[in-house]
Amino acid sequence: MSIKERMSGNEAVSYAIKQINPDVMPAFPITPSTEIPQMVSGYVANGEIDTEFIAVESEHSAMSAAVGASAAGARTLTATSSCGLALMWEVLHIAASNRLPIALALVNRTLSGPININCDHSDSMGARDSGWIQIYAENNQEAYDNFIQAYRIAENKEVLLPVMICQDGFITSHAVENIELLEDEKVKAFVGEYEPEDFLLNPGKPMAVGPYAVTGYGMEAKKNQEIAMENSRSVILDVAREFAALTGRKYGYFEEYHLEDAEYAMLIIGSAAGTAKDAVDELRKTGKKVGILKLRVFRPFPGKEIAQALKNVKAVAVMDRSESYRGGGGPLGVEVGSALFMERVHIEAVNYIYGLAGRDFTVENAIEVFSEMEAMVTEGREVPQYQYVGLRK
Amino acid sequence: MRTDVTKITETSPYAELTEGLKIYAGGTSKKFHTGEWRTSRPIMNWEKCKQCLLCAPVCPDSSIPVADGKRGNFEMDYCKGCGICASVCPFGAIEMKEGQ
Repeated sequence: MSIKERMSGNEAVSYAIKQINPDVMPAFPITPSTEIPQMVSGYVANGEIDTEFIAVESEHSAMSAAVGASAAGARTLTATSSCGLALMWEVLHIAASNRLPIALALVNRTLSGPININCDHSDSMGARDSGWIQIYAENNQEAYDNFIQAYRIAENKEVLLPVMICQDGFITSHAVENIELLEDEKVKAFVGEYEPEDFLLNPGKPMAVGPYAVTGYGMEAKKNQEIAMENSRSVILDVAREFAALTGRKYGYFEEYHLEDAEYAMLIIGSAAGTAKDAVDELRKTGKKVGILKLRVFRPFPGKEIAQALKNVKAVAVMDRSESYRGGGGPLGVEVGSALFMERVHIEAVNYIYGLAGRDFTVENAIEVFSEMEAMVTEGREVPQYQYVGLRK
Repeated sequence: MRTDVTKITETSPYAELTEGLKIYAGGTSKKFHTGEWRTSRPIMNWEKCKQCLLCAPVCPDSSIPVADGKRGNFEMDYCKGCGICASVCPFGAIEMKEGQ
């Protein structure tokens, strides 16, 4: 029997960390993820877990200590947000290229500037090419469930990559909702012990991590890293299947909500998918065939699967909660557009930017987006291919 | 994937390299001749040397071997020519000369 509780997203992830009892957590506080290291250090102080908590002096140091601990053979994690992730930038790439299965609890917050503590995805989207697996949550339950699946994916011998478990700052991290928790022993059995084949603190088997690579090796190393990311695709699904057998909660690369017969779709990441689902429910009552593709796994990017899931819709609204400043849209807009083209799926696609720096995204906003797509298809209305939702004009 | 590193070369295909280019062996820095980087070299004047051994511990590349309480000749395979030994020598026994 699962345990019914109510928790915020930060509490849920901290609880998952407690149940996993990892070996090392270096962390530096930053809003809105501060509660995670705070709660974990509370568990440590109370003797509930024996994780080595390292209070470091910056996020660059947090990720550097995580790299050292993971290379040494410890199951390692950290937590951060926004500029904290940006300060980890250099070391994120070191963690991924050294093939270290570190978990990072990311609480999405906008990058400065303007300085602002609220949610958007500019932090994790900025790190989208750092070589980390990225998994996003709609709510506290998914943040908890994703974190419990994280190490199984990261530590798989065919993968060995770090994984970022993302949830929306404040909206998910601080709002208290109902949640179903697993019993400690079930989590421990599911996650298992970390037994790396090779690690630095193994005196009988010396090794070096992160050596200099001359030109004759660097390109091959990067190809191998890309293969690991490819390998993670099937591992993510295998772990999700096993998790579903344990909990009844099913996960994949994305969730399809009324997408089966939809004419108009919205592709969206994170907590705003919940709002969009409400809009779909309302529109469905009036006979509108609308649906949601809620992306859970952004890295590796499931482009083929997305294109196949969207091939029967007339138009898709690709919703970006971050701005690329490329003069034409956000990261999801580019990647989904590219996936549709490569899979020869010829549908209308409009890239909407929403929710920047915590701007509300309402059911009404979502309904407007759906009706604009319908007008574009049925009335031939000219719709800008890249536009902002909820912007004062 | 623990691999015999001596079998990996610059012609190895990517599938034969280790993940993250981890090196599964100890003491491999011996194979890396940092002396090739040198643009100046230390010249020893043994008449001035008092065997005080201040030079040996400051060498960043352990290129000053010490045996039976006495320093020997520089290990030129690894000496980068940084000149720290010349700077610390109180007797002016080490002089840096430009060139390999």
